[in-house]
Amino acid sequence: MREIDLKLVTKKVEELLLDACSNIGCKFLDYLNEFKEREESELGKEILSKIIENDKLAMKQNLPMCQDTGIVVCFLEIGSEVIFKGDIYEAINQGVSNAYINGYLRKSVVEHPLNRINTKNNTPAIVHIKSVVGDTFKITVAPKGGGSENMSLVKMLIPADGVEGIKKLVLDTVRYAGGKPCPPIIIGLGIGGDLEKAALLAKEALMREIDDEASDPYANKLEKELLEEVNNLGIGPMGFGGRTTCLAVKVNCFPCHIASLPVAINIQCHANRHKSCEL
Amino acid sequence: MEYKLNVPITKEDEEVILKLRAGDVVYLTGVIYTARDAAHKRFVELIDKGLELPVDFTNGAIYYVGPTPAKPGRVIGSAGPTSSYRMDPYSEKLMQQGLKIMIGKGSRSDEYKEQLVKYKCVYLSTIGGAAASISESIKKCDLVAYEDLGAEALRRLEVEDFYTIVTYDAYGNDLYQEGVKMYEKHN
Repeated sequence: MREIDLKLVTKKVEELLLDACSNIGCKFLDYLNEFKEREESELGKEILSKIIENDKLAMKQNLPMCQDTGIVVCFLEIGSEVIFKGDIYEAINQGVSNAYINGYLRKSVVEHPLNRINTKNNTPAIVHIKSVVGDTFKITVAPKGGGSENMSLVKMLIPADGVEGIKKLVLDTVRYAGGKPCPPIIIGLGIGGDLEKAALLAKEALMREIDDEASDPYANKLEKELLEEVNNLGIGPMGFGGRTTCLAVKVNCFPCHIASLPVAINIQCHANRHKSCEL
Repeated sequence: MEYKLNVPITKEDEEVILKLRAGDVVYLTGVIYTARDAAHKRFVELIDKGLELPVDFTNGAIYYVGPTPAKPGRVIGSAGPTSSYRMDPYSEKLMQQGLKIMIGKGSRSDEYKEQLVKYKCVYLSTIGGAAASISESIKKCDLVAYEDLGAEALRRLEVEDFYTIVTYDAYGNDLYQEGVKMYEKHN
């Protein structure tokens, strides 16, 4: 068995969050730049240039690229041969608190959805733990902004709706969202499972690398077709019109009930922040 | 078109508001105030009770922003816009108090657009998620009221050549509708 010290988990969570908030990564910027080159709208092109300029400034001066430094979503993959002593949730929340207080990040979490009192340290994080075989211990953190999350949804379609029904739901959702989720966006699409599984699949889809393509042929086809169809909506950067509405569609699927076709659409703004490490 | 505008709007600039059209770029210089959902709720409670607001918004501008805390040596943290539609229920009462410019991002209600026409006001956008760059044009930041709201407190910002895009003008024009119509292709 391999023992993991929870103090190390706290430290890594803090480091990953600070990195995620200010460092979008050169690969993403190159990707964004390709869309900028192809953008037909002059204003759209200017907005994309300003986003790239902002992200470079954030990287260089170690500043948050966006003031909404999010609520923290944390995925853990814990191997069956790994043990640890203590409260893993507490270890993660301590890392969140350290990052947000010491790292000058915005505290955007309220203790109760109805009393709206700020917790002042951005905790608690939303933690998803997955058990895997082996001795790995992988942490992924994603500070998730409210603007794009508010435009996300879960809908229980029926089998007869099929691929066309899914596409219509995505296109209607993105059209309705317009400029609100800060396009260009990335779409995480979860298909299958049940109500909560679909939502989790969509969030997990957003953790994939920007240039990663689904290996499942159904998902792969849908990713390509939807990217084109969403960009045909003409919403463009910030919603002011243009070709660049969506940078990537990521589709994750899971088996489901014979009566169901659950679909979750999780929208991510261009501040595509997620970082991982293995201990 | 590109314009430079001093805020609060001076007597001689009152005309400029009426020249602005959706799609124009406006660089603001002067004083603007930050407020989001929670501060707006308090403003409207004060107005409803007939009490005075913590600042005079006459001919002024509100920026919908909740910045990150300033790092040592910096005036303000990252300071990009938040989604404006959440302020729709409160905006009319502030326009009645003389507010002229609202700055945020994202589309708003049809009622709000009609109010802009009625009170001769404009809705401007900054670029969502370009918060580090935006903070560079903020030269001074002072807390005015509602410190308990943290990032949502009321702050006075001194800005210089603060980049904005006219999104809804005082004639009912809507940059979202115009822009999307131009680039929409049918699937």
